[in-house]
Amino acid sequence: MATEENKNAATGGGFVYLPLIAGWLVPGAGHFLLRKWGRGALLAASVLGMFVMGLAMHGKLYSGAHDVLDILGLVGDLGNGLLFILSRALGLGADQVQITTGDYGTRFIVVAGLLNVIAAVDAHNLRTGRKK
Amino acid sequence: MTHFAAVVLFALFASIVFGITQRETPQRMIRYGVYCFLLFVGSAIALSWIMYLIAR
Repeated sequence: MATEENKNAATGGGFVYLPLIAGWLVPGAGHFLLRKWGRGALLAASVLGMFVMGLAMHGKLYSGAHDVLDILGLVGDLGNGLLFILSRALGLGADQVQITTGDYGTRFIVVAGLLNVIAAVDAHNLRTGRKK
Repeated sequence: MTHFAAVVLFALFASIVFGITQRETPQRMIRYGVYCFLLFVGSAIALSWIMYLIAR
C-alpha cells in the first residue's frame, strides 16, 4: 500500500500516455514533462542532430510505401514525429538518393526516428514508475 | 564528411540514447554509453579491415 502511494507520488497524476506522445512528437519532450531536464536535452540533441545531419547529407524522406523496404523506412521516418511532418511540409530531404552520402543520410533519418521511439518509451516507463 | 566521421557521429548519437534509456543511474548510463560507442566504432573498424583484406 505504502509502496503504491510512493509510486503514485513519484509519477504524478494526469494522462499517463502524455510523456509517450509528447516524446514521440517532439524529441526529448517526454523527459522534459517529467522534469528530467538533462536526459531530455541529451536525447533531443541526439535525435535532432542525427535528423539534421541526415537532411544535410541529402538523405531521402520516405513519402509512400511501394515495397516492404519502403514501408520499413516510412515507419522509421514516422518515429521522428513532428520533425518528419514539418520536413515533408517544407519540402526538405531528397526524393531520390543521387549521391553516396545521400544513402547514409537516409539511414541517419530512419535511425533518428527509431531512437526517438526508444526515448519516448523510456519517458513512458519513467511516467509509470517502471523505471526510476 | 568522411565515412569515418559519419560512423563516429552515428555511434555518438546512438550511444547517448542507448545509455540514457537502457540504464537507470547516471554512472551506469555513462559506462553503458561509452561501451556502446566503443562497440560501434570498433566493430566498424574491424569490419572495414575484413572487407579490405577480402577485396585484395
